[in-house]
Amino acid sequence: MVPLVYFQLLSAALFIIGLYGVMARRSAVLIIMSIELMLNAVNINLIAAASHREGWGSFVNFDGQIIAIFIITVAAAEVGLAMAIILRMYRNRATVNVDEIDLMKW
Amino acid sequence: MSWFLFIILAVFTLGGGLGVVITRNVVHAALFLLVSLVAVAGVYLILFAEFLALVQVLIYGGAIIIVLLFAIMLTRTAEYPYISDNRQWPLAAIAAAGVGVVLGAAFWINGVSQSTPNSPTFSELSNSLFTRWAIPFEVASLVLLVALIGAIIIARAGEDSR
Repeated sequence: MVPLVYFQLLSAALFIIGLYGVMARRSAVLIIMSIELMLNAVNINLIAAASHREGWGSFVNFDGQIIAIFIITVAAAEVGLAMAIILRMYRNRATVNVDEIDLMKW
Repeated sequence: MSWFLFIILAVFTLGGGLGVVITRNVVHAALFLLVSLVAVAGVYLILFAEFLALVQVLIYGGAIIIVLLFAIMLTRTAEYPYISDNRQWPLAAIAAAGVGVVLGAAFWINGVSQSTPNSPTFSELSNSLFTRWAIPFEVASLVLLVALIGAIIIARAGEDSR
């Protein structure tokens, strides 16, 4: 069995890849993909902790898996909304480049 | 054997993730994301989270990748095959590396070396989900409903004003 810390290091590596993507990419679709990578890193962390730890406080030993289910639910809702916003942005401005969506920037 | 699987899956997960943030082609990025997400489902399997692995393949591999590909195809701009990063990418790399050093050091210092893997069965998981977590479950269904209605309204709103 692989110790918990290696799953946590994998999760940290995936998280910073997603973080770099959010900061460096210009296309809104690619930013959404990077956010998905970060959410997956968090899920790996939660599930690794859930399957390695005994219960802690009032939490039983697999509550991390249930929180991960909620994260997946919210991620699905987020992608649906993000797609609607991206389509709207494309219809209004004919671009999905976030550097050009600066109407509210001063 | 467990180490072997872990290393293979970690290589696919991180390789797919790097592909998403490095490639110049948006459709290739979506396919790299699919590789990464399916490898994450494999990581869930070696953590004995079978239900999450199933959900990961169904929701991420099925639904979310398809929605992202729809978003790509419906907003097909001429720059998609050779998209560029913005000018602050070196700063972004430095910031991400800094966060990575902090996170990695925190995990490494507080590392738990003993491992007592436990795997809840489907019935344990569903009992907990529908008793102790019943109210968050209902709130999650409300969130999905609101997101659905909001997505429809945002995507349709232009038609009457035209």
